[in-house]
Amino acid sequence: MAELTLLEAVNDCFHTELERDESVIVMGEDVGRAGGVFRATAGLRDRFGPDRCVDTPLAEAGILGTAVGLCMAGWRPVCEMQYDAFSYPCLDQLITHVGRYRWRTGGAMAFPLTIRMPYGGGVRAPELHDDSPETYYVHTPGVKVAIPSTAADAKGLLAAAIRDPDPVVVLEPKLHYRTLRGHVPEGEYVVPLGRARLAREGSDLTIVAYGSMVPLAERAADELAQEASVEVLDVRTLKPLDEEALLASAGKTGRVVIVQEAPRTCGYAAELAAILAEKAMLDLRGPVLRVTGYDVPYPYWQIEDAYMPSVARVLDAARKLLEF
Amino acid sequence: MTSVETGASVALTQLYLTMARIRAFEAKAMDLFAEKYIRGSVHPYTGEEAVAVGVCAALRPEDYITSTHRGHGHCIAKGLELRPMMAEITGRATGYCRGRGGSMHITAMRHGMLGADAIVAGSLAMAAGAAYGLQLQGKDAVVVAFFGDGGAQQGIFHEAANLAAVLDAPVIFVCENNQWAISTPISCAIRIENIADRAAGYGFPGEVVDGNDVLAVRDVAARAVERARRGEGPTLIEAKTYRITPHSAATPTDNRAPDELSYWRERDPIVRFGRELVEAGHASPERLEELDRQAGEEVEDAAEWALASPYPDAAAAEEDVYAPADWLTPGRLA
Ligand SMILES: Cc1ncc(C[n+]2csc(CCOP(=O)(O)OP(=O)(O)O)c2C)c(N)n1
Ligand SMILES: [Mg+2]
Repeated sequence: MAELTLLEAVNDCFHTELERDESVIVMGEDVGRAGGVFRATAGLRDRFGPDRCVDTPLAEAGILGTAVGLCMAGWRPVCEMQYDAFSYPCLDQLITHVGRYRWRTGGAMAFPLTIRMPYGGGVRAPELHDDSPETYYVHTPGVKVAIPSTAADAKGLLAAAIRDPDPVVVLEPKLHYRTLRGHVPEGEYVVPLGRARLAREGSDLTIVAYGSMVPLAERAADELAQEASVEVLDVRTLKPLDEEALLASAGKTGRVVIVQEAPRTCGYAAELAAILAEKAMLDLRGPVLRVTGYDVPYPYWQIEDAYMPSVARVLDAARKLLEF
Repeated sequence: MTSVETGASVALTQLYLTMARIRAFEAKAMDLFAEKYIRGSVHPYTGEEAVAVGVCAALRPEDYITSTHRGHGHCIAKGLELRPMMAEITGRATGYCRGRGGSMHITAMRHGMLGADAIVAGSLAMAAGAAYGLQLQGKDAVVVAFFGDGGAQQGIFHEAANLAAVLDAPVIFVCENNQWAISTPISCAIRIENIADRAAGYGFPGEVVDGNDVLAVRDVAARAVERARRGEGPTLIEAKTYRITPHSAATPTDNRAPDELSYWRERDPIVRFGRELVEAGHASPERLEELDRQAGEEVEDAAEWALASPYPDAAAAEEDVYAPADWLTPGRLA
């Protein structure tokens, strides 16, 4: 076990997976010579050559479209989008091609491609460098979505995405790229898609979160320690969702707070709340509460702390719910 | 000793002053970033000043521009004021976008600045649309869209260029080919010598110009602008230039060869233009020093003013996402 940052764990995964499978190709802007603007792909070009770690021109739609064709030719491309919001030019390719092609061809064609990108706020970045775009991806049929919150999961989920026969979008919390460290198994390590992680066990209330909101949920759980026994469920894979784990936790505690950094309306928390309403109604002691961002473009850094879900806002929701 | 400035000399020294302003502004912005008054990033325009200043010298105040992540120079060349610019990039409520846009999104309708954009190539199609809209209104104003060599590789560039061509839109696409897109050299991004050659594929003129020669840029831009005003449609100008500082304040690593950097430092557009002004008798070295000093003072004043301004109120963050109920008429370009 090595102690790595989340970013180092991503890099470790790449080295392992490119070594393991010669059909894995990394492509994107500045991924080769520069090793990525965050250095997630550092060392790959030197070790595996410029054909396995491809510096592309600045063209996100072209990158993803090319990856679709590479899949047709038998490769497993992993595309980097430099930041969350720079993935929007490729949404067209994702929605019109990536998510449909396998289905349309009756499974005759497979698209084992991965799109990964740093996402989210809290790093005092400029506008269009802080978005949480998970809903766009989750909403697209045929596409899977994973978001790690620990260094080990950053490695294991990316490996699962690379090996998966379907397109997977992996969003990496840039807030914790360098600030969060953890034990990461050496060598090949896969965390299966579709399984949630019980970050903390409890019996009175469940906080459901993913990505950068998980450490926040854990801090809230710490603060509530005197008042209640709080469970923290890290969703990890948004699609396919580990519904069993969600319903089991809701069934146990009867109280659920969902934390999501993205804007509120039609965010992933709304989907979770709907599932709980449909399938856990009789287990719940009170309403499902959401703590989310606001329905505004992610604001500039001076006021981003007011936008981001905070421990205080989570506590507020939790205490309201504990009264039921 | 100050030389007697004729009308022509005044206009030329004005160009020098604008370039010096941009240089000083970027140096200050980098300092303010280091001091954490600016967060996120700053993409300095240092070394490319002749492009914005040359192009904007061919424009009238009622013309428009759009810009990029490296946009401070375009703003200053178009006549935006330094104080609200500095306030915007330091995130103050007194900034051009109330502190919401930051360094990469300065927008100022009253100065004909339709917007900078953090999305590379993000403003190319809207520039074509604005130009077409002005033409439909019977105006003879034009729109200049600045973008980089990296931006030229985005699909939207091709769509915007072709749309502008078939609409005969009075837009001038100015590609600032500084030969790098972060770590990607132009040789790895295209397989042709000149980006301007692509214009032939859209059916309008393409011109290559030395982007470190402010007067050459001005002359090429003036021809394109006249063409657009006559209703003859777009032009693609490729200004070959170089950024002599790193990609951004947040990306200090630089994989460019030291030789290449020193080659271009020797071709510094401000030093070069200053030398030309002196040689042609338009200004004395002392006069140029005076202009450098003036630029520095203006920038210091702007920074002081900005840092004394308040931050925006978090409670106001939800304002302006939608129009208020009583807002009926869309704004028209002047
Ligand atoms: C759509 C999009 N993709 C990627 C980026 C990240 N990025 C910012 S600047 C840049 C390079 C731009 O190169 P160029 O257009 O040549 O402009 P320059 O920086 O050289 O002025 C990149 C890749 C972005 N801002 N937007
Ligand atoms: Mg460039």
